Amino acid sequence: MINYLYPDYEIVRDPSKCIACRVCERQCANEAHSFDEEAGCMVADSSRCVNCHRCVSLCPTRALKIVKSDHTFKQNANWTGDRITEIYKQASTGGVLLSSMGNPNAFPIYFDKILINASQVTNPSIDPLREPMETKTFLGKKTGEIRRDEKGRILPYTEPQIELSVPIMFSAMSYGSISYNAHESLARAAQELGILYNTGEGGLHEDFRQYGANTIVQVASGRFGVYKDYLEAGAAIEIKMGQGAKPGIGGHLPGTKIVGDISKTRMIPEGSDAISPAPHHDIYSIEDLRQLVFSLKEASEYKKPVIVKIAAVHNVAAIASGVARSGADIIAIDGFRGGTGAAPTRIRDNVGIPIELALASVDSRLREEGIRDNVSIVVGGSIRSSADVVKAIALGADAVYIATAALLSLGCHLCRSCQSGKCNWGIATQRPELVKRLNPDIGSQRLVNLVTAWKHEIMEMMGGMGINSIEALKGNRLMLRGIGLNEKELEILGIKHAGE
Amino acid sequence: MLKEGQIRIPSGCAISGIISREGKPINGRDIVESIRVMHDRSNGLGGGFAGYGIYPQYKEHYAFHIFYDTQEAREECERFIDRHFDVINLSKIPTKKIPAITDEPLIWRYFVSPHPTKLADSQLDESEFVARCVFRVNTEIEGAYIFSSGKNMGVFKAVGFPEDVGEFYRLDEYEGYSWTAHGRYPTNTPGWWGGAHPFALLNYSIVHNGEISSYDANRRYMEMFGYRCSLQTDTEVITYIIDYLSRKKGLSLEETANVIAAPFWSTIEKKPEEEKLRLTYLRNKFASLLITGPFSIIVGFEKGLMMLNDRLKLRSAVIGEKDDRVYMASEESAIRAIEPELDKIWAPKGGNPVIVTVNE
Ligand code: SF4
Ligand code: SF4
Repeated sequence: MINYLYPDYEIVRDPSKCIACRVCERQCANEAHSFDEEAGCMVADSSRCVNCHRCVSLCPTRALKIVKSDHTFKQNANWTGDRITEIYKQASTGGVLLSSMGNPNAFPIYFDKILINASQVTNPSIDPLREPMETKTFLGKKTGEIRRDEKGRILPYTEPQIELSVPIMFSAMSYGSISYNAHESLARAAQELGILYNTGEGGLHEDFRQYGANTIVQVASGRFGVYKDYLEAGAAIEIKMGQGAKPGIGGHLPGTKIVGDISKTRMIPEGSDAISPAPHHDIYSIEDLRQLVFSLKEASEYKKPVIVKIAAVHNVAAIASGVARSGADIIAIDGFRGGTGAAPTRIRDNVGIPIELALASVDSRLREEGIRDNVSIVVGGSIRSSADVVKAIALGADAVYIATAALLSLGCHLCRSCQSGKCNWGIATQRPELVKRLNPDIGSQRLVNLVTAWKHEIMEMMGGMGINSIEALKGNRLMLRGIGLNEKELEILGIKHAGE
Repeated sequence: MLKEGQIRIPSGCAISGIISREGKPINGRDIVESIRVMHDRSNGLGGGFAGYGIYPQYKEHYAFHIFYDTQEAREECERFIDRHFDVINLSKIPTKKIPAITDEPLIWRYFVSPHPTKLADSQLDESEFVARCVFRVNTEIEGAYIFSSGKNMGVFKAVGFPEDVGEFYRLDEYEGYSWTAHGRYPTNTPGWWGGAHPFALLNYSIVHNGEISSYDANRRYMEMFGYRCSLQTDTEVITYIIDYLSRKKGLSLEETANVIAAPFWSTIEKKPEEEKLRLTYLRNKFASLLITGPFSIIVGFEKGLMMLNDRLKLRSAVIGEKDDRVYMASEESAIRAIEPELDKIWAPKGGNPVIVTVNE
């Protein structure tokens, strides 16, 4: 059969620099490079390349680069190259297109259309190097009446809380979708940073129980690896109702990946497909959610906050308001840019709404209803920098979830080929020879560096605004201005336009 | 031009306060002389005073001080008051025409008690009933604005320099056990008298110097509980926070100070276990009521004054003592102006409330 596809990217080798050391050949799990014995030189098959830069980064003489192919279809603003190529693929396989990582298309990025304030004259900015600058955050309910003992002293009883040194957490990525070493890096970094990472839906590996105080254990529709000890092992329990990259869709980890420790951790037989149904089959409505929230609280003796994670969909504010009344302690909202190990392309690229709008409308709605104290709000999908964190908190979030940013710091190059299981950076793979490329000592250090750098930047921006505690930034929308946004967008975001 | 409430206007300020611990009468002249010295800290766009213990003959009744833009507003507001309250006495507030104060609205005073059946029907406690009526007038009756609503206390304010405002309201004809004063330095003209300070709700009144950076976080939180921040000023939201924490949540003023000027976590860490838990509890529970940015405030309440600085002490504040009197001001000069021979003078630390009450 004719292969209609020409590769998107081309491997370019500078023969004057190549010393035929064959590093690229060994590094590329996609087998794009080989040594041509007859010609005595390296050759490459660009059609195998996913543009992950592994060979480029390791080539000792910098002989390699990957360039966007200038091969082109006849220009057509409607039938773009991508659309045409996808049709060829589906015509040849008859299958659903699969993709990974977040929606890459050119939708508006509201974070980039929001600007942050700073103090001038009427009040002073604060220098974080000289004055205390606090980023510590608690997540959990802030409800309940003040109670006093017979002498009138306050009884400091609060519902279970999560304490974070900085309002950033690593969001859910299951063991199975990412490697053992990636999980170890996340867990160790969370511990060192005084924040939390999230097991995702694949259960908790025995070896990582020691990081329990910095772990969120997830309960998803497949209930993999969920049992009493698991629920008690972490600092919080997250019910995954949805995911930004694939709202309304379940998950499917093929049986070929259910091997060894993964099958043990997920508590399913080796080789069997791990299928997460689209809905939780015990939650068809909001009152069912309440029952699951309280079953989990019962099982963990009301000692752990329960997080309900939802995807940002059209009526997210109403859904969040229902969740806030369900007994949940924290709502996590995942925007349509959120990443994934694998999702149907059409879903990833067309379903859901931007996190900035979802967050703003949820925060406003919960305040209008007077129930904002019932829950903390955590947002993800996608937070790309410390400025995004500051903007999210000023819009009303208590904390953010990062995942793609965390993987990038581990070496991910956003080649968006996680679903192939051949991640050359040892992240989205279970192949031992690839997994060992990610050294958890280095990985955890790079994660610590990233979050530490962001924390410094957050403190600088707060100081500029004359704010020295993160809680005074939360929901402080007067610190934000929109740029190039229309009236409706400004209204939803609850901010003024620059110059106003 | 937009008036205060339609835009947010930053200001610098001068504040001053006096209290007699023995509850002895202090003439309004003293507080006027004190704030006069800090003339340069104001710019003629707002001044005002609050006096406590000034209406002993009506001390059981709420004293409403009201600005009216028009006679129609007055008639409408009086109809509202008649429906909800028994009016014991009403009159114009006596003023003296002086060239420095112009464009005055109609300024009226009413001594009232909630109508017993209206109050019972509302199923609210008395203070909440009164507070809600005040909010209704201020947000729903165009051209009417209740700027003072406590018992045995009253606020007097205007656009002008504070010393002129004191003369205009003839404060030397009042005596009270405590007084506060405010001179304002707004960057824009507030456009109307309601924008001047003190800001008051029921018995709480606040004078404030600073510009808080937490404003919108505080405002959006308070609006969840029915407080409408129609003036968009720091002082307004601080007054509501204090009312909410003290009156509705039952916190003492020290506890309130632990919320709005909460100690840094590093300070809390070093406290004994029980105190640590208490401070952590308050700071976490009312996280959105932490006030950041520079402020010094004097809170007037029944039988007392509290002075509080932000945690970094980004605004000046000093306290002087002489016999039964305690003086609080932005600058020492404002105290020395009326009491040159002090027993003691000191600057309170950032975040540490100084609370002075009248001995019972
Ligand atoms: S897939 Fe990665 S390692 Fe292989 S050729 Fe392409 S860039 Fe190089
Ligand atoms: S995790 Fe690996 S496979 Fe996935 S996008 Fe990143 S580099 Fe590519």
